[in-house]
Amino acid sequence: MSKKTLAMLLSWTLVLAVILSGCSSTGSGGGSESGSNGSGEGGTTDGKVTLKFMHLWPAGSSAQQNKLVNDIIQQYQTDNPNVTIKQEVLENEQYKNKLKILSASNELPDVGVTWAAGFLEPYVKGNLFAPLDELLNGSLGEKFIAGTTEAYAVDSKTYALPIELNISPIYYNKAIFAKYNLQPPATYDEFLNVLKTLTENGEVPIALGNKDRWTGSLWYMYLANRVGGDALEKAISGSGKFEDPALTQAAAEVQKLVDMNAFNKGFNGLSNDEGKSEFMNEKAAMYLMGTWELPNFTTNPDIPQEFKDKVGFFKFPTIDGGKGDINSWVGGPGVGLFVAQNSKVKEEAQKFVQYFVEKWGESSVTEAGVIPATKVDTAAVQLPQLYIDLLNELNQASSLTLFADVQMKPAAAQVHLDMIQALFGKAVTPEDFVKNHQAAIDKGN
Amino acid sequence: MDKVMSNRLVAALYVLPALLLLLVLVYIPIVLTGYYGLMQWDGIGAMTFIGLDNYTRLLQDSTFWQSANHTFLLALFSALSLIGYLMIALVLSGKIKGANLFRKIYLIPMLLSSVAIAQLWLKIYHPSNGVLNTFLEAIGFSNPPAWLAEPSLVLYALFVPILWQYAGFYILIYYAALKNIPESLVEAARIDGANPWQIAFRIKLPLITEVIKVTVVLAVVGSLKYFDLIYVMTDGGPNGSSEVMASYMYRQAFRSFDFGYGSAVGFFLLLICLVVTWLLRKATASKDTIEYS
Repeated sequence: MSKKTLAMLLSWTLVLAVILSGCSSTGSGGGSESGSNGSGEGGTTDGKVTLKFMHLWPAGSSAQQNKLVNDIIQQYQTDNPNVTIKQEVLENEQYKNKLKILSASNELPDVGVTWAAGFLEPYVKGNLFAPLDELLNGSLGEKFIAGTTEAYAVDSKTYALPIELNISPIYYNKAIFAKYNLQPPATYDEFLNVLKTLTENGEVPIALGNKDRWTGSLWYMYLANRVGGDALEKAISGSGKFEDPALTQAAAEVQKLVDMNAFNKGFNGLSNDEGKSEFMNEKAAMYLMGTWELPNFTTNPDIPQEFKDKVGFFKFPTIDGGKGDINSWVGGPGVGLFVAQNSKVKEEAQKFVQYFVEKWGESSVTEAGVIPATKVDTAAVQLPQLYIDLLNELNQASSLTLFADVQMKPAAAQVHLDMIQALFGKAVTPEDFVKNHQAAIDKGN
Repeated sequence: MDKVMSNRLVAALYVLPALLLLLVLVYIPIVLTGYYGLMQWDGIGAMTFIGLDNYTRLLQDSTFWQSANHTFLLALFSALSLIGYLMIALVLSGKIKGANLFRKIYLIPMLLSSVAIAQLWLKIYHPSNGVLNTFLEAIGFSNPPAWLAEPSLVLYALFVPILWQYAGFYILIYYAALKNIPESLVEAARIDGANPWQIAFRIKLPLITEVIKVTVVLAVVGSLKYFDLIYVMTDGGPNGSSEVMASYMYRQAFRSFDFGYGSAVGFFLLLICLVVTWLLRKATASKDTIEYS
């Protein structure tokens, strides 16, 4: 490169830099406007209201839910012409991170999505979420399935309204099962037998993406429940101990499954989406996941009908001599809607939340194929069989165990998730697994 | 013009805007981080002053030291890889056919964002249908490892894309420096009968020592604070076997809601970076720099 060209290059870089910096400054200006709280220009000047709504159903990965949210918002805006609703959509993990960052700077959106129990608590303690009991006292209160709103209560005040209710069945591929003459197992021994048959025939029994850690936690929670009943919940709440032999045994059982090659290869390095694709591509026979995946097996038009027809489910089998019964599920209310305490348009925000929960309850079943936290009149609508079956299971559920990482407080939840990955990777013994949990819970944060 | 510039007030005025920006965006946050490190704070509620507790906890935290260990390994590998980049730049700066094409090939990874690179390499490393394992199976390995799930392999598997990502950058710097050496010096050496090796190691390399020193500092300090690919590809897992200091800081602050401890890790990281930079400058300082006249 001659000096001349170098000089040319440099001056062009300079020009470009100036142009680009111009772009980015206007860009960030726009960003900060949408990122700021629904105050300032978004407030109630001359009756116009702008509501900021942050949620986690991107058009790509949650197509059905995203469409439903857009429909509801559009309808609301037509019914309330003075209200504009600005959406911010993030994917699950990013959503959680952004929520924390916005909280630290006290710039939460007017309406947002939160999880229950331990996840919610720091936000409530930090006085960031507004209590929503008023809404519950009205007609809305009766619409919720009993027990769903309680998970969002701190000191007997409710800080978010649930919109989903989930249980986690084991989905299985009927075609793969039929190929080897397998029946959905009802007992753990039968289940182990299914695993054995599949691995002997070179099939991958279970799809799992355990980079996300909570995915493996579902397996542990079920085993803990089937062996020890409510031992896990007691240990988390402090009324029991993690050293309960049932919890150690459940951990040992996880490692036995790993030794049997029950899970797809390299699960600890795969995300849940990557793990799921093993099941969706029919490379694995089973997949344990919440009912939020139902749209993919029923209504999602992007998934071929041929595959949807192959998906069945069974309940996590019971273990001989264990205390858990087959109708107790890992699940619980999924996400709920909160209103920010410092929102300048709190009343409007609450109105929108009420509207959203009701509309979601009516249409989420038919349009998104997800189970709402409000009661569903199944007689009035045409539903996929898989969906009806799971709804019936939900009605017969003897207990719902809320996801462990949601039950626990953030620091302990982090230890739990790390320990789960270590357990599946055989980097920790079942004894140390429970010891570390107990230590984390004793710390109390 | 010269007169205006020599006026101290004017000079100060010119420097001020940049200085203010730097203060607000860099130095004040650094001080704040150190300050938060003295607090117990969940990032939402009230802060409690706990003195140096976070820092003493840090010194006894085996997970932190494990991640520090990984970070130092990355720094070591980055520094060593500079030798390779230098060799490539030496070859490219000579008169070889297709040098232009190769330069572009090496530079392309620099154009991609880290997340895109991470996605690309996630596909390559996928345990069952990844390019790498499909290839290994095709040439006869019956059971190739799951690269990102194997605690003993994952760190090195991550080093490959990280080093690949920055190769172009360093090669370009070396290339530019080598091209800057006056042709007359090389010509003179050639007339004196020096062979290409001698020209490379006796003439060219000594002339660009300053550049090499800078790149060593850049590579080492860059590795110490490295975060993005590791966060996207493994999130520090499995079982912390690819955790580095920056990802550990992130996990403590944003996952465990322990902003005080996270800040302490961040501040400690800054101190390490400063000390290492100082040591490197010290170690590579030479009184007589060679210049071409």
